[in-house]
Amino acid sequence: MKVLKLPKSNREEFVLALTEFGEVHIPKAKGKESYIFDKMESPDEIAWEYLRTIAPPKKYMTPPRESLLRYNTAEGYREVNAEYEQRMILFGLHPCDIHGIRILDEVFSGEYNDTYYFQRRKDVIIIGLSCIPDDKCFCRSMGTDFVESGYDLFLSELHDSYLLAIGSGLGDQIVRKAEDYLRTPTESDRREYLEIRNRRREQFEVELDISDLPYILDLERESEVWDDIGAQCLVCGSCSMVCPTCYCFNVYDQQDLNGENGERLREWDACLYKNYTRVAGGETFRDTRADRVKNRYLHKQRHFVEEYGRPSCVGCGRCVDACPAGINVVEVFQRLRGVA
Amino acid sequence: MQQSSHIYEFASRARDDNPYLPHLARIVRRVPMVEDNYLFLVRFDDPAMGDSFDYMPGQFMELSVIGTGESPISISSTPTRKGLLEFCVRRMGRNTNALYRLQDNDVIGIRGPYGNGFPVTQMEGSNLLLIAGGLGMAPLRSLLNYALDKRQNYERIILMYGSKYPEDILFRDELESLESRSDIDCMLTVEQAYDLPEAKPWHGKIGMVTDLFKDIKDLDVENTYAVACGPPIFYRFVIQALLDRGFPKDKILMSLERRMECGIGKCGHCGIGYKYTCIDGPVFTYWDAINLPEMID
Repeated sequence: MKVLKLPKSNREEFVLALTEFGEVHIPKAKGKESYIFDKMESPDEIAWEYLRTIAPPKKYMTPPRESLLRYNTAEGYREVNAEYEQRMILFGLHPCDIHGIRILDEVFSGEYNDTYYFQRRKDVIIIGLSCIPDDKCFCRSMGTDFVESGYDLFLSELHDSYLLAIGSGLGDQIVRKAEDYLRTPTESDRREYLEIRNRRREQFEVELDISDLPYILDLERESEVWDDIGAQCLVCGSCSMVCPTCYCFNVYDQQDLNGENGERLREWDACLYKNYTRVAGGETFRDTRADRVKNRYLHKQRHFVEEYGRPSCVGCGRCVDACPAGINVVEVFQRLRGVA
Repeated sequence: MQQSSHIYEFASRARDDNPYLPHLARIVRRVPMVEDNYLFLVRFDDPAMGDSFDYMPGQFMELSVIGTGESPISISSTPTRKGLLEFCVRRMGRNTNALYRLQDNDVIGIRGPYGNGFPVTQMEGSNLLLIAGGLGMAPLRSLLNYALDKRQNYERIILMYGSKYPEDILFRDELESLESRSDIDCMLTVEQAYDLPEAKPWHGKIGMVTDLFKDIKDLDVENTYAVACGPPIFYRFVIQALLDRGFPKDKILMSLERRMECGIGKCGHCGIGYKYTCIDGPVFTYWDAINLPEMID
């Protein structure tokens, strides 16, 4: 892989050069301590030191609510085109979020490809940015603290510059347009990278051993931990909404006022809601809050591992931030492991 | 570093046939079955689509009432008889209520078929024991008629079907006409029967579907696939009865009901452990159920 160097003094010019390739979306401050991904109006809005946004970047591929079909009662159904008018350049994604997108890529393909997801995904360009963990980050435990592929460009911060890894043909094209701002890394830059990267590895305050977690979860299926968490959980679904890999959705039809036209929509859903499993006869299959909490945790760390060979948690810490009841996913698993 | 080829992959996935788009189809006829239960006879509006369409017993389709919504419905007809698709639908929720308001020749949307269906090839050379409870007869009727049409491929065929009242028996005339056939043991039972003035009288058995086991003589259970479909409570009793009689766990098959939105393994709702009922099921073995504790308990 080719790696270049971007001096920090050139970083805003570099980002401006990206606008030629599409609409640039960046992490922006929202209030005092919160961040969101949003369209860049000017490069000085970029929150270079941000750690996690409130919502993950999944909204660029699968928005909270979207139209799947338009219908007319006389003519039937018509497809909706979900394609972006121009490329969406997602700038500043941390490794956990890039891993999150790669997981969604898998879920929305397979035996059936989700047309709408991929209509958007094909025009999403990913420019990653390294980060320094806080006390909620546990990506190192999930194996998502670095990312080897799945990006077009990736910026690793050094003291006065960034190493710029080129991960795709389009990334190379961007680099050629911006070559005035880029340099060749030197031996001392490479040393600096290793020093920072090794120090970062030691900076994690949270550690979760997942080596045999699926097996432990099988053994602890009837553990009282689930009842405790079920009693605490408000089943609000916030953890699912802010999760970079939660993908569940509801489908429903909405009629226009004229009664002839309408659309079929889908909307993010959460497995914590009781209605999530309700069938037409009224039966539900996970009646207690404990059942539903357990299902969510098992899906991330047991079922997904069984199907895809890896957990669907990327350790971003958003659900810890978002939970109004103060439930911490790492603490739950540590209790189940008997180490908390 | 595969990113650039990924972009082409994403683009081709976006161009694939849209799995969410229903095909238009027409209700040719509605046959009243039992209370709140019609058999809808349906054909594709596009004749070419109808000609090329194929499916397996045990699969289901998503039926759309334009302007209301979509429901997963199992196919009750058999692919061995070309022609109309048959869906046995109970009036249950918003969409099926809207379906009941439609008339012959009205247009609906259908997409599918989805799901794994019954392993009809794998079951060849074995006995088939079909066990239905209530509405569970709807998907089993497809398998039953399929097996009868390919009668030489299977050894003994036994049907045990339990309903609450005689008035609830789906496909009653059709099934009663099988009772005189020698190449199938067709056993119907009801939990209760009353002599209602306008109803067809009931001369058959009264009792639970599991009571019918005692009428099965000399069945080689090792060489038998037991295929069960019914409401959740039904499985608890039926499976216990099968295990008591020594049926192999991986030859006990069940067709399960779950909430489904997409039918194609994306929306999450029908998940049972790491399996999705829509694409990995709806037919599971009891062996699957042991490993996926939510399946039938």
